[in-house]
Amino acid sequence: MADLTIRNLKKSFEDIDIIKGIDLDIKDHEFVVFVGPSGCGKSTLLRLIAGLEEVTSGSIHLDDRDITDVAPAKRDLAMVFQTYALYPHMTVRKNMSFALELAGVDKAEIDRKVDEAAQILELGHLLDRKPKALSGGQRQRVAIGRSIVRHPKIFLFDEPLSNLDAALRVQMRLELARLHHELKATMIYVTHDQVEAMTLADKVVVLNGGHIEQVGSPLELYHHPVNAFVAGFIGTPKMAFLKGKVKKADRAGVTVQLDCGPEYQLPLDGSRLKAGEPVTFGMRPEHIEVTAADASPFKVTLDVTEHLGADTFCYVKAQNGETLTVRAGGDYGGRFGEQVGLIPDLAHCHLFDEKGRAVPKPGAPAQAA
Amino acid sequence: MSISTVQDGVPAVPAPGPETVKADKRLHSRVGLLTVSPSVLALLVWMIVPLAMTIYFSLIRYNLLYPGENEFVGLENYYFFLTDEGFVHGALNTLWLVGATLLISVVAGVLIAVLVDTPFWGRGIVRVLLISPFFIMPTVSALVWKNLLLHPVSGVFAAVWNFFGATPVDWFAEYPLQAIILIVSWQWVPFAVLLLMTAMQSLDQEQKEAARLDGAGPIAIFWHITLPHLTRPIAVVVMIETIFLLSIFAEIFTTTGGGPGYETTNLAYLIYSQALLQFDVGMASAGGLVAVVIANIAAFILIRMIGKNLTEKA
Repeated sequence: MADLTIRNLKKSFEDIDIIKGIDLDIKDHEFVVFVGPSGCGKSTLLRLIAGLEEVTSGSIHLDDRDITDVAPAKRDLAMVFQTYALYPHMTVRKNMSFALELAGVDKAEIDRKVDEAAQILELGHLLDRKPKALSGGQRQRVAIGRSIVRHPKIFLFDEPLSNLDAALRVQMRLELARLHHELKATMIYVTHDQVEAMTLADKVVVLNGGHIEQVGSPLELYHHPVNAFVAGFIGTPKMAFLKGKVKKADRAGVTVQLDCGPEYQLPLDGSRLKAGEPVTFGMRPEHIEVTAADASPFKVTLDVTEHLGADTFCYVKAQNGETLTVRAGGDYGGRFGEQVGLIPDLAHCHLFDEKGRAVPKPGAPAQAA
Repeated sequence: MSISTVQDGVPAVPAPGPETVKADKRLHSRVGLLTVSPSVLALLVWMIVPLAMTIYFSLIRYNLLYPGENEFVGLENYYFFLTDEGFVHGALNTLWLVGATLLISVVAGVLIAVLVDTPFWGRGIVRVLLISPFFIMPTVSALVWKNLLLHPVSGVFAAVWNFFGATPVDWFAEYPLQAIILIVSWQWVPFAVLLLMTAMQSLDQEQKEAARLDGAGPIAIFWHITLPHLTRPIAVVVMIETIFLLSIFAEIFTTTGGGPGYETTNLAYLIYSQALLQFDVGMASAGGLVAVVIANIAAFILIRMIGKNLTEKA
């Protein structure tokens, strides 16, 4: 069992609050990803869990044991660092067995555990090398191996793939997913890369400015962001935000007049909104269709188009100067400066009130922001 | 580089074939040789002339008290130097001085460097103070130690001894070599601290954190992470200090003058006393050459032992 419970956790460094009260439950076997912009406190939160930083207030429980003030080594956790932090003068075998030797495990047992980990990670032929003779991906695997041999309750990863090149990163991502499945382990993973977050996680924790914005499965965050921050953070290219005003709102729908011209009726529960209230209209690039200029009331000017092969991302400018990104087909042939019309898929559009909170879909349970 | 003149837009030199390339190269190397030769020559003269003169002096009778009697005596000077009562003392004292000072400066250097690596209030000033003895002239520091610290009547140590009711120790009479080792260590520990302190700053903090997570306490971290990280700088300290410690002179000259007896005479001081106290230039030259051979043996052993450590890539 490995259930981690964090209650009202706070951390400040010399009067600067980094973590401003976090409550989080992590269940056994879950792959949890902390994601957020740099400086949001995600690494600090991980280090607090690992015990490398002292908690200012609040508590951390692993199963029913309070580990808030327990020494890092006694918490039954293992951590993989961004720089791998391998011991340069030790061989791969020694790197992996170091923790066990310190714990006084007997020689045969150590060998068995190291060989087992080496087999899982395909490191068998590298055991007698020193870290400097390994490639980045191999070092990464040794760092993971070093945590595996300890059979920890929870694995912690601090941006483990950020030092690898793009191809290797994809490969290691798959290996991590496989490893999570094989070891049936609980993993907490910190990254700023939302692709890693979306692909690996059972549960994504979006952090911003030291507090949690939203916790949920990747698709939940994508389809039902609770506020404009999460909506803008999840998804590439970013969701477009357009300013507008509520024209009419009730339980069955909301009519919005956008500042850039068009008026849309959205199937959202507008009971909290009043007519005339300023709102932000959000739509993802993949939920907009490009048509001829006269086929839509939403007229825009094409700016740059990026052809990626399968898709084309068009950066367009609305009549009042607001910019947005649209995804078109791979062979889209629009030209710079051309006038086109846009048709948003209204079922997938989002509306955020003045404070940035999402207007809920009808029937959805109201979520606190 | 070939120099070509272009007239009326027609290149004067045809496209370079294999011949001209070879000639080019030869010219190139000749120019290079020509430009470096003055410095090489100066260096050679600088080195060869004194060496040749020393070898020559070591093979003749050359005593300043008996001018004119400069006949060739073969290896007699070497024989007398090596069988001189002072030689065995000098060699052993040199060994003691170098060995003990190295041990003290490496051990103390590592401990101090690790200690001042942890942040505390006033660390910057403490670091500067720790390094400052290294910048004091050997003669000055030896005099300070002799007259202000170790002096049996007016020294600070004597005052401490008196305070506790003990009889002050006359350091230079009772423990002369140990006193010299103390002075020399006081000068060379800062050097070790300086090198090791900077090396400590390049120790990856994540490595320490990983070790903490692996269950290593402060002592295990020191033993398994810090010390291996410091092996290269320690090797550097040992090599550089050995070179300088072999030729310690000022500290002995200003404090004990090699005595009592031969107790603080090292090879450098022995050679000095032969040449300028006994005026036997021939024997001093022989001694100098013996010292050169010993220094080379030491350097050879050191490079075999530690050099590998240095050339190995991190």
